[in-house]
Amino acid sequence: MLVSITINGQVYSHDVEPRLLLVHFIREYAELHGTHWGCDTSNCGICIVLMDDPHSSQPPYPVKSCTMLAAMAQGYEIITVEGMPKPDGTLDPIQMGFHEMHALQCGFCTPGMMSTGRWLIEKHPNPTQMTDHEIRDGISGNLCRCTGYDNIIKAIRWAAAYIEEHPESARTAR
Amino acid sequence: MAMQTPAPCDYSRATSVDDAIAQLQALGGNARILAGGYSLIPMMKLRLANPGHVIDINPLEPELSYIRQEGNEIRIGALTRHVMLLESELLERTFPSIFREAEAVLADPVVRNRGTMGGSLCQADPAEDLSGVIVALKGQAVLRGPGGAERVVGMEEFHFGPYMTAVQSTEMLTEVRIPIPEGSFGGVHEKVERRAGDFAIVAVSTAMTIQGGQIAWAGIAGSAVGPTTMHMERAEEHVVGKAPSEQLFREAGQMAAADCSPNSDGRGPADYKRAVCGVFTERGLGRAAAVALRG
Repeated sequence: MLVSITINGQVYSHDVEPRLLLVHFIREYAELHGTHWGCDTSNCGICIVLMDDPHSSQPPYPVKSCTMLAAMAQGYEIITVEGMPKPDGTLDPIQMGFHEMHALQCGFCTPGMMSTGRWLIEKHPNPTQMTDHEIRDGISGNLCRCTGYDNIIKAIRWAAAYIEEHPESARTAR
Repeated sequence: MAMQTPAPCDYSRATSVDDAIAQLQALGGNARILAGGYSLIPMMKLRLANPGHVIDINPLEPELSYIRQEGNEIRIGALTRHVMLLESELLERTFPSIFREAEAVLADPVVRNRGTMGGSLCQADPAEDLSGVIVALKGQAVLRGPGGAERVVGMEEFHFGPYMTAVQSTEMLTEVRIPIPEGSFGGVHEKVERRAGDFAIVAVSTAMTIQGGQIAWAGIAGSAVGPTTMHMERAEEHVVGKAPSEQLFREAGQMAAADCSPNSDGRGPADYKRAVCGVFTERGLGRAAAVALRG
């Protein structure tokens, strides 16, 4: 079937099997390899991307792209790590935070972590006041086997503080 | 590279509930309803579910996603996402704090963003958390079939075995109705899991209302302690009509432990699960009473 998905503002149309998973559409058809493919069992959160629902007033929210058919994403806008920087190449605050706070070692979980982290900041009414528990609970669907999570939590905090100081860096609301 | 992928299947979207049912009918029992996908797609990858066709009902949010009070019951649409149940003021006000406690430990926030109540109930996993809450609250499932015909079934009938529901091949779950019991309500959800977001080793949903110093109504259900979500009727009947007390709750806990039938598996031995079921029932009743008395 013909599936058209908008990823990072660009429409990708391909004739695919209906059973194709979104993660494989992103990696193999759109050839965007920033989205990783991990446990394949909906547990690890490695494959998380942001999905913008045009029918919702909510900010783009994270979905596990191994647990969604590509066909289900038609009509939504997908944002991957490649789509996070501004057009001039400036990194998104969450990407800066992961860099500044050394929130990765092998980097395998990083795209999913940044997607979930970005959403946590965006949906929280007062992101700089997020408690450690709120952040840890928020990323409980993302597994990291290197960092022990501490630097990831610091990176999310760093990004929240950066956005507060630089409101222009926040993602433009739809 | 080993890759888990569903078996070949066709895909379509529904334009309305009646359209979804018409598609189910046309496909002659070879199709499944696809909502959030967090239960059905993993089952399809494991080839435990092999529908020839999936009907995506995500476009039906305006028709099937709601939490509202009608008369003396709460009605929840099948496509209501877990995050809405977690954050609903109406549910927290009507049934403090059982939905909030259960939803906070159900899977993880990313799954709760998209996973639906209907999907959780229709998966009929005996370890699933929300099913425990609905059984404890004596909810009823509304199943719609061809020609708009509706039938309403209790949860015992709805979940008649592990991964088995009363939903026929040309029917879909559209709504759950929960009667609001009289009295001051308190409800909690106790769960132990191997790691954050996992299915329960054991979970117990406990609820009661208190009127005039006595327990007027009670609901107790255990998850992961039997072939389906287990309704602990004997423990419920034991506490109703009596004043809350530690001794009473200990006795109810002993009854729940005796009445459950857990299996030994990778999550723990049966005698351990049985003991936890008893402790959670006792502790849950105590905490539910405290919530109810707080008013």
